[in-house]
Amino acid sequence: MLKTFVKGGVHPAECKFSEDNAIVNLPLPKTVSIPIAQHIGAPSKVIVAKGDKVKVGDKIAESTGFVSANIHSSVSGTVNKIDDVLDSTGYKRTCIIIDVEGDEWNEIIDRTTDLKKEISLTEKEIIAKINASGIVGLGGATFPSHVKLSIPDGKKINVLIINGVECEPYLTSDHRLMIEKANEMLVGVQILMKALSVSRALIGIENNKPDAIAHLSLLVKNYPGIEVHPLKVKYPQGGEKQLIKALINREVPSGGLPLDVGAVVHNVGTAFAVYEAVQKNKPLFERVVTVTGQLVSKPSNFMVRIGTPVSQLIEAAGGLPEDTGKIINGGPMMGKAVSSTEVPVTKGTSGILIMSKDASKRKKESTCVRCAKCVSACPQGLEPFLLIKQTQLEKNDELEQNGIMDCIECGSCSFTCPAGLPLLDYIRLGKSRVSRIIRSRKQ
Amino acid sequence: MNKLITVSPSPHVYEDTTVKRLMFDVVIAMLPALAMSIYFFGIGAIIVTLVAVVSCLLFEWLIQKFLLKKEPTITDGSAIVTGVLIAFNVPSNLPLGIIILGSLFAIGVAKMSFGGLGNNPFNPALAGRVFLLISFPVQMTSWPVPSGFKTGYTDAVTGATPLGIVKEGLSKGDNLTDLMAQIPSHMEMFYGRMGGSMGEIAAAAILIGFAYLLFRKVITWHIPVSIFLTITVFTGILWLVDPTKNADPIFHLLTGGVMLGAVFMATDYVTSPMTTKGMWIFGIGIGVLTILIRVFGAYPEGVSFAILIMNAFVPLINAYVKPKRFGEEVNHG
Repeated sequence: MLKTFVKGGVHPAECKFSEDNAIVNLPLPKTVSIPIAQHIGAPSKVIVAKGDKVKVGDKIAESTGFVSANIHSSVSGTVNKIDDVLDSTGYKRTCIIIDVEGDEWNEIIDRTTDLKKEISLTEKEIIAKINASGIVGLGGATFPSHVKLSIPDGKKINVLIINGVECEPYLTSDHRLMIEKANEMLVGVQILMKALSVSRALIGIENNKPDAIAHLSLLVKNYPGIEVHPLKVKYPQGGEKQLIKALINREVPSGGLPLDVGAVVHNVGTAFAVYEAVQKNKPLFERVVTVTGQLVSKPSNFMVRIGTPVSQLIEAAGGLPEDTGKIINGGPMMGKAVSSTEVPVTKGTSGILIMSKDASKRKKESTCVRCAKCVSACPQGLEPFLLIKQTQLEKNDELEQNGIMDCIECGSCSFTCPAGLPLLDYIRLGKSRVSRIIRSRKQ
Repeated sequence: MNKLITVSPSPHVYEDTTVKRLMFDVVIAMLPALAMSIYFFGIGAIIVTLVAVVSCLLFEWLIQKFLLKKEPTITDGSAIVTGVLIAFNVPSNLPLGIIILGSLFAIGVAKMSFGGLGNNPFNPALAGRVFLLISFPVQMTSWPVPSGFKTGYTDAVTGATPLGIVKEGLSKGDNLTDLMAQIPSHMEMFYGRMGGSMGEIAAAAILIGFAYLLFRKVITWHIPVSIFLTITVFTGILWLVDPTKNADPIFHLLTGGVMLGAVFMATDYVTSPMTTKGMWIFGIGIGVLTILIRVFGAYPEGVSFAILIMNAFVPLINAYVKPKRFGEEVNHG
């Protein structure tokens, strides 16, 4: 029996079209637009001005607090302007726009490809370096990584969990990374283990990636303390709470964090970025992005400089299909539909998914027949059918009692509803109302 | 870019299941039982089913179109399910007028007056059956003898059901062993050679339908199994205490509407609980009430009443029996 989480879950069609396609470096764009808010937390502060010359890896925006992150230039060239640009959130936000000239890297970056295994930095130095390099969670949540490594007094961490689940259908960027950059990623895991002072790390990978499981299982023999665990294919296994439950059978308490049960979770992409930052002095300015979809002629995995317009990726994957109905930043379950192909790739962009006009339509709505499929699909043990009703009636106290803030917005309820009800849409609305009430109570 | 693209919140993919597909899966699951019914009761079974289905569809359409002035939704299949279930719950020689009246009560009173599909507190088909049972007790309890395919409709020879024979005999002080000799064997009852409502006789055929519903993930096993287990345990205890006065558990499982009720009526989405724990409470309640009515009550059969009574408890069960939330019990490993 493969390990998995117990409660709820669904199994959407996997559609991993690009899983066998090696990561390709995307040609440099003519200009990049680098947003200053690419992470959870405070937006960074711009520290360059129009006309400044920058090299690849130069810091161009500075972290403005503990929960914030530095931003580095992904190209060499001249700062054209600082302006508001439409990004993948659907809002116009401050971006640093740089005209690309050549590809000159900051001298401090070690551009050799040889594996550097010895970790010479101390715990504190590692965390400081990760902070300075602007590393955030690359699974999509973009939470600043150094925050997750700074354990508050009184909390004890005994295991590091590495998320190689990639439970979102279509996406293959983590999968490719685990095959092509396995050693680098594993050294990254060791660095994270050292930063947390833990002796055990578990890598969870869904069983639909047998090549990655076999490859890593072989390699971890050289990395003491790291284990590879195949997991049953079930969405949302990559959810932090579900992954912890699947691997070590502990439940993060409602409203709590993984560190409340002695665990810290990082994505495989983050582990790779940590390796590059700590061992090669390379800040986070590029990432792997899957470009895929039923209609895409060349589903691909690209190594992309942050700030590259999405249109360029689509072009490299065979162009925008005639019948395109929707362009999604991320996977089909939790990704955000974007309104333009000119939005820039950010640190959180794990994939670009193109859907046909037909597939972009929502299921026709009918009445709730109380079939309870949403209740059995919810991995958090909530009652979506009840939350939608109470949101419509604005019963905020009841919503809070019924645990609406525990919702992880995985979309399993809306996915499974035979009546095609927009359950998650309403739950999000209810959540935002309830969180406003909770915030005002604290003041 | 000059293309228009859709921007909507996640998720962006959906399971292909629809309410309509679920309803038609239920209809498919009922076909084996319908086939057995036609085999044993003949043309009457076909006539009763057609009349019930057509009148349910017609009443739903008329009410939605002219009374509620809404877009009719009869294509969702729920009225067909109700129609077939009404037919399954009546004798195969029931006069057509009575069937039409039962359909009107089921659709008009039990379903549409509460707001239609999704809002009815009681199973419409069962409400219709109980309405008919109380209004037309004679016609509703004259059961044709299962004599193989007949082309006549009203000329059937009628007799009592095994439950009726045993109940009446015991109340007169007859010996249970003698009574059991008068009724079909367990094996005959398993494949359906006994008197009874049209769709309830063939346990084997209903179980095939149950397997189909489970395979298609239309229902979960909890409600039917909890009913079967409760009835087995309850009647098992009575039987062990006094085997000369109480029939064995297999008899109780195979006779009357237990199979039909547990698989097709207690599992009705709208009128059953939402959580697995709630389903267990619901199923155990139905099992206990059924046997209380059968053994200690005035009627020989109690499944319909038991399900309707438990239907009334569903809102209460849903309000108090909540799923266990993730992270509710703190486990620090």
